[in-house]
Amino acid sequence: MNLIDILIQHSPPLIVAVPLFSAFLIPLVSRINEKVRNAFALVMMSITGFFIALLASDVFANGPRIYVFGAKDLAIPVVRILFEVDSLSVFMAIVTFILVFVSLVYSWSFMKKENDGLDKYYTLILLLVTSTLGMELTGDIFNFFVFLEISCISSCALIAFWVHKAEALEAAFKYIVISSIGALFVLFAIGIFYAQYNALNIATLSNVLQFTFLDKIALVLLVVVLGMKAGLVPMHMWLPDSYGQAPPSVTIVIIGATQASLYGAFRIISTIYGNFFNSTDLSVVNFVLNTNAIGWVIIILAILTILIGVVMALIQTDFRRLIGFVAVAEIGYIFLGMGVRLASKYVESVGNVPTAIVFPAYGSIALQGSIFHIINDCLDISLLFLVAGAIYYATRETSLDEMSGLARKMKYTTVFFLIGLLAVSGVPPMNGFSSKLLIYESTYQLNPIISIIAILASIMLLAVFVKVFYSAFLGPKISKFENVEEVPKSMLIGMGVIACIIIIFGLFPNMIIHYLVEPAANALINNAQYISTVLGGV
Amino acid sequence: MLETLLETLKTGSGFWNPVVWAVAIVIIFLLVYILRGFGKKEYKKETGQTQAFLSGNPEYEKESMHVKGSNVYWGFTETLKSVYAVLKRMHNGNASDYVLWFLIILAVVFIFVGLI
Repeated sequence: MNLIDILIQHSPPLIVAVPLFSAFLIPLVSRINEKVRNAFALVMMSITGFFIALLASDVFANGPRIYVFGAKDLAIPVVRILFEVDSLSVFMAIVTFILVFVSLVYSWSFMKKENDGLDKYYTLILLLVTSTLGMELTGDIFNFFVFLEISCISSCALIAFWVHKAEALEAAFKYIVISSIGALFVLFAIGIFYAQYNALNIATLSNVLQFTFLDKIALVLLVVVLGMKAGLVPMHMWLPDSYGQAPPSVTIVIIGATQASLYGAFRIISTIYGNFFNSTDLSVVNFVLNTNAIGWVIIILAILTILIGVVMALIQTDFRRLIGFVAVAEIGYIFLGMGVRLASKYVESVGNVPTAIVFPAYGSIALQGSIFHIINDCLDISLLFLVAGAIYYATRETSLDEMSGLARKMKYTTVFFLIGLLAVSGVPPMNGFSSKLLIYESTYQLNPIISIIAILASIMLLAVFVKVFYSAFLGPKISKFENVEEVPKSMLIGMGVIACIIIIFGLFPNMIIHYLVEPAANALINNAQYISTVLGGV
Repeated sequence: MLETLLETLKTGSGFWNPVVWAVAIVIIFLLVYILRGFGKKEYKKETGQTQAFLSGNPEYEKESMHVKGSNVYWGFTETLKSVYAVLKRMHNGNASDYVLWFLIILAVVFIFVGLI
């Protein structure tokens, strides 16, 4: 076994361990000087990225990989935790890495003006990364809960980073209230699983699940809580509060954590309950109606999420809060794809005799669109938050009513805003268009009205950002912005990296779908592979 | 790799090739630019031609004429005043209400899933 093979073998724990140990080393490194601290955080994140790349190459080539903490023999009754990494986990880890790396580059200048607390800032960012990556890589539902809790606590502390602002403290308080209550329900659902099946491993649970009444309760608890953590309407109100008050460099890392909750919801529906919702076996023909029903619940919530997100964004005057509502709407598009897949399942019959259970092709395309939109949403919304941060850095303003003519002073930032604007509104040839097109067309085949609503909402998104562009960037020069200058290079590099990825993803969507999205979607569709990797491999 | 890179994205019922689209847009812009070149060239900068005509009224200071963010789409928001009144009541910033909405959705989905 050569060095690369050894590194690949141990990469799942290292991806979590490197940022975790770095987080605890940051206060010590901070004592040297701030540049060393910033560089240390960047280097450690790059190392994490290297391990993610190694693991991704292995998983995409050879299928899911497991890593066991504890006894490998399942017959030995000891506590063990298992990481199981499939294409979807790796896909999410890549998304998280991009966001965090850009956040650290951006923070270099953006947080420079902060006099105190930056050692804690970097520690918390790295802890949040640890928890997010842990949620994405773990194959154990209780372990998922532990990482979810770490994510809640570190996110709360980061939202309240500007502790001198009452609004930031209030947003952090609301976040921790919502998160703690949600976490309690998740723990309760895990208790239901453990009481019934004496198991916490996701693959084992998936294999033994009976879809009893208690399992239905656990399903509802988990999906609703994770839906709330992802920002599903009407449980989304914490999201614009938190996104709007946290430093923008923090917000983009929290976006990654939010997407990890969404990943959790997808994993539960398609993997733990996959034998019922994904199955095309005629022995579970009775579950087709259940699958459709769950699909329609998700579709209704998704459409509400899109509409309320967009309509509320239109009346916001605080730039960051406005983007927060747009982020809510974008989450709706992601859930819509998942809902369409579940609702599209049907039974083929000859006379009254069922002959096959089928997912039509558009169901799988909807899921691909949904997964592609995860990464697109993260990139587009993050770029817009970074632009909002750049404006705040240069002007100390967040209110659109107080802004005017910034394009004259901040040319690069304006270009980045335009790229973000076009991408998030789904204007061709940006990345948002490709994923939304997949969602629109597949949704149209299920129900044209829903698809039309989704398209109209996307047009309204464009209107929202045209308002921002007009009021903040266009218009006359105003005297109070006389001395405003373009932001420092590290902030421009951060925004530039995301803008480049957006353009590449937009121009070559087929490549991203082929190499990243399709394997991730197949990992969700084919839960048998996830189960057999653990039960046949340990 | 290159083939995949430039391949047309099949969406099940349609297709999308951004590279072809981008090339088409560049050609269209070039054509528009050439057509623009045939236009009149009598436009004189810094004369009466560049001044705004406000029904004969004098033009205010540029700074005071900027339409603020909250005034853009005033007509739209005014028409949907009743909808916005309900939505603003929903978004009251009260953490207890946030939890209440969570419990309501939990109860509704419980009933729905319990029934099927």
